[in-house]
Amino acid sequence: MDLAFFGVQLLNGLQYGLLLFLIASGLTLIFGIMGIINLAHGAMYMIGAYLVYDLTLRLGNFWLAIAVAIPIAVVLGLIIERLFLDTLYKRDHLYQVLLTFGLILVINEAQRIIWGGDVHSVAVPAPFDASLQLTDNLQYSVYRLFVMGVCLALAGVIYWVIRHTRLGIIIRAGAVNRDMVEGLGINVRTLFTLIFSVGVALTAFAGMIAAPLTSITPGMGDSILITCFVVVVIGGIGSIKGAFWGAILIGMAETFGSVLIPSIASMVIYLIMAAVLLVKPRGLFA
Amino acid sequence: MLHRYPKRVAIIMLVLLAIVATFPLWGPTLFGSQSDFILEKLTLMVILALFAMSLDLLVGVIGLVSLGHALFFGLGAYTLALASPEFDAASLWWMLPLVMLVAAVAALVVGLLVIRTKGIFFIMTTLAFGQMLYYLISTAPFAGGTDGVFIMFRPSVTAGESVLLDLDNPQTFFYLCLGMLVAGFLFLRWLTRSYFGQVLDGIHDNEHRMQALGYATGGYKLVAFVISGVLAAVAGMLAAMQYGFANPAQLGWHTSGEVLMMLILGGMGTIFGPILGAFAYEILLYVYEHLTVHWPILMGLTIIAAVLVLPRGIAGLIIAPPGKAELMKSPWLRRLGRNRPPADIPVKPAVPNKEG
Repeated sequence: MDLAFFGVQLLNGLQYGLLLFLIASGLTLIFGIMGIINLAHGAMYMIGAYLVYDLTLRLGNFWLAIAVAIPIAVVLGLIIERLFLDTLYKRDHLYQVLLTFGLILVINEAQRIIWGGDVHSVAVPAPFDASLQLTDNLQYSVYRLFVMGVCLALAGVIYWVIRHTRLGIIIRAGAVNRDMVEGLGINVRTLFTLIFSVGVALTAFAGMIAAPLTSITPGMGDSILITCFVVVVIGGIGSIKGAFWGAILIGMAETFGSVLIPSIASMVIYLIMAAVLLVKPRGLFA
Repeated sequence: MLHRYPKRVAIIMLVLLAIVATFPLWGPTLFGSQSDFILEKLTLMVILALFAMSLDLLVGVIGLVSLGHALFFGLGAYTLALASPEFDAASLWWMLPLVMLVAAVAALVVGLLVIRTKGIFFIMTTLAFGQMLYYLISTAPFAGGTDGVFIMFRPSVTAGESVLLDLDNPQTFFYLCLGMLVAGFLFLRWLTRSYFGQVLDGIHDNEHRMQALGYATGGYKLVAFVISGVLAAVAGMLAAMQYGFANPAQLGWHTSGEVLMMLILGGMGTIFGPILGAFAYEILLYVYEHLTVHWPILMGLTIIAAVLVLPRGIAGLIIAPPGKAELMKSPWLRRLGRNRPPADIPVKPAVPNKEG
């Protein structure tokens, strides 16, 4: 493996890891603050991708499609939270697992009814539909660099909000002791709705910007959900920092695993998780 | 965990057992040519009931929610498929212990890792380990990939030269599965009422207190995890015999989700509930599949409704038939009327405004 090829894989791993972070951060926020395990998180990633596919066809512009799709995703998150999750906060995780599993079945099948079972793709949008010439026979997509930049910027925004704003203080306090925050007069109901909508919007947005890079298939949310669970377990549940480093680690491991040791590539991330559990059962950053 | 059932539970279960067990006698006269198909479905339900019951030991009795129980189910199926000779029938006398041994070792290894985690961590790690085996099997060259492995011959049950049970006969196989289910039920009933089961109960209610009392709770949980895994593997082996193949889907997390659904439909923590849940789930599945190709929507809505309105499942209905008060305990129904304060609680005076 020469250096340029190695560099390309490094960039791919970084880009994939950053995308995973967007999804996993929503998952870990929703658990850390709300105490809810949301299996339907991956399904929202899929919905994001399909929304952008559909809207790009209708509106003829990828960026316009994203602008329209984000509010739709937020509203979907609001509906789910208000209608179903609201009853689950005080109940056992088992019911959360089952209810959100039921939601997966409904959302996946709704996707089949609306968009069918075919595999779709979205063209890489202008002005990023170019490639950088790295060496004579190696190119790198500008759009991938753009995705990386967007993910990094969002990670920065999340970090800033959590570290330096009043909302961030409430979120951090809520992750430590929810009852106390409520006792101090914070409206936890509104906070929950906000967190859930933001989390869903983040994962749907990840699906949207990933759409030109992957093939859009039914069930694409299920596999990404489980990868993100591994990320969250490695990083420590509720920890944004853990989600970030866990996502980078898993992104790299999966990218390099499929290049270097393809025979057991699909197992690598689980082996890493097992190793982390052996050493730190609560995750690296918990 | 409920240690004494009301008498009607025993009556209902015995009547149901009698109806199911005598099906080969009255089925053909009632359903004619359809009865072979129904017997096949019944066999599958009995196997899934054993599977769901094994999960109840973890979820209902200890309160450990596993989303990776299909790991052991699929492991049982694959052990049978890969250990069977290609052109001959294996003997059940060594196949059954082998399946149980493989499952016990796997459950011990996985258990040692996941028992260290709690609550939501346990859910995520069991799910991840289940998927790990799923990917291992579906990409392994020796396991037939996503097509799975076919099993040409069902294992034989012989004593010396004479054939004791001919498992290729659907009726004999049905009774074998039913026998396994009854044996599994009696075993779990005995286990949960034993000293060991009492400790598991204590862990469910308050693990810290049990530790303070000097119980090594991790060891108890690990043993229960292994027992549960072994029972699930036996169910998986029977399922592979029934289908005639082992398939990666049997290992996948959708299977784990489905068995949790059976548990909640039937009512967890009761051991007999999951049996009813498995039957109810399979019947619903059959009906929905015939109604529409988009049956997962109906199944999804059913499970959401069950969580919201019937959290204690069918068993809950049998143990404590709902009055109006019971029904209003449903969190969702209660929510619908939550703006109206209950008549027996006086309305609190408004809190004075901070500024005012």
